[in-house]
Amino acid sequence: MADLLVEFFHWAFGMTLAPDLATILGIVAGILAIVLPLLIVVAMSVYMDRKVWASMQMRRGPNVVGPWGLLQSFADGLKLFLKETIIPASANKFVFLLAPGLTFLLALVGWAVIPFDAGMVLADLNVGILYLFAISSLGVYGIILSGWASNSRYAFLGALRSAAQMVSYEVSIGFVLVTVLMCAGSLNLSEIVMAQKDTFLGVNGYWFTPLFPMLIVFFISALAETNRPPFDLPEAEAEIVAGYQVEYSSMAFALFFLGEYANIILMCAMTSILFLGGWLPPFEWEPLYLIPGWVWFFGKIFFMFFVFAWVKATVPRYRYDQLMRLGWKVFLPLSLLWVVLTGLFLLLTDKIPA
Amino acid sequence: MMLLKHAARTFLLSEFVKAMWLTFRYMFRPKATINYPYEKGPLSPRFRGEHALRRYPNGEERCIACKLCEAICPAQAITIEAAVADDGTRRTTRYDIDMTKCIYCGYCEEACPVEAIVEGPNFEFATETHEELLYDKAKLLKNGDMWEQEIATNLKLDAPYR
Repeated sequence: MADLLVEFFHWAFGMTLAPDLATILGIVAGILAIVLPLLIVVAMSVYMDRKVWASMQMRRGPNVVGPWGLLQSFADGLKLFLKETIIPASANKFVFLLAPGLTFLLALVGWAVIPFDAGMVLADLNVGILYLFAISSLGVYGIILSGWASNSRYAFLGALRSAAQMVSYEVSIGFVLVTVLMCAGSLNLSEIVMAQKDTFLGVNGYWFTPLFPMLIVFFISALAETNRPPFDLPEAEAEIVAGYQVEYSSMAFALFFLGEYANIILMCAMTSILFLGGWLPPFEWEPLYLIPGWVWFFGKIFFMFFVFAWVKATVPRYRYDQLMRLGWKVFLPLSLLWVVLTGLFLLLTDKIPA
Repeated sequence: MMLLKHAARTFLLSEFVKAMWLTFRYMFRPKATINYPYEKGPLSPRFRGEHALRRYPNGEERCIACKLCEAICPAQAITIEAAVADDGTRRTTRYDIDMTKCIYCGYCEEACPVEAIVEGPNFEFATETHEELLYDKAKLLKNGDMWEQEIATNLKLDAPYR
């Protein structure tokens, strides 16, 4: 990327770029190349979410703005942008405004390590999966800060629920990651994807192995982690109005909303990388490799997002004690058991990756 | 055995899968909703929508300023002032309805002895300001002229039941 930029500047402006500057500019260009399409994808995913949800309830969903309502999200964004940001008199102004920004920022930052195709990754960290895990754990700060800074009971209740919920489900996500890591033998996301090449009977991805139950556990934990139905207790509109978002309006609310959806897509990407084989085609069949890897990757994210929307349309919200029971008494022992079983299996079959 | 069956059902998420399959099939069902601004549902002749003041076919105002509608209005949304007109008849000089107070109960229509004030079939009169919803006599008469045909049809259709 940096060499390309140096050449481009030489050609376009007839000046030589300092190597350091070229590196920085290369990184900035890479960030923009990820973030700008991502924002559009987030806007379209909100539309898709509403459309799928509507279809399953035999409604039409947004269909007025643009062809088939495709521009609905942009219309909503414009509306929010033109509204007034109301800051409650008793709120802590700095933290109140910091929280949505933080949520949004953290949802974008995670994408730095996602490999879109072989070698198509901004930061090829050797501990990419730990980085992703850390970033998604930090997401709880945005919610907790907003709940506290709003100085409102509803917001505070929502934030507390969210904190407890996200911490609980991170435990089982952590163990699920361990099972995958043991099989892949690497923390680098690209290597995890490559380790899934031809796992069993020519199928790419860990979903077609005994790790399948972990895919389900990971997916359900991801629902809880991103506060999606049936685990949307932090915003539970029927009981605590909208939880931590109660006092937010205008762009502050929009940032929360975008951050939430960016997080969901990040979780979909994580599921695709860890279990569905990332940019690899679903089967080992030569013609399938003619389609570029990022197309497969986006297809998998699209599918995962559809399932997210599908679940939202299907199941009712959990009660809080049921949520905690599921996290601590079902998923934690199950994923722990699977860690032991995977370890035993790898040890006994002598398949421990080098 | 029961325990085993229950455990299998729980861990294989069979009920969950069944529910997901159900919603998936519903996704392809025909829509239950209509495409509202372009399609509209049927309205009863008794539908109580936007108010209108009617005229006789010769153009004379029906309202005789008896103030029965003002008296019966439970929301006190109607304000009437009356005077004797040039031709010696009793007429309203002011007939205001605060549409933001109105509860659309239809009592004004019931009370009216000359079928002057009626609630027409129009329900799409949203405005951007509050002031626009404070209707005066001119606005109500204009509504009457605009919706006369529909209102007359509806009154005729409903007449056998009164």
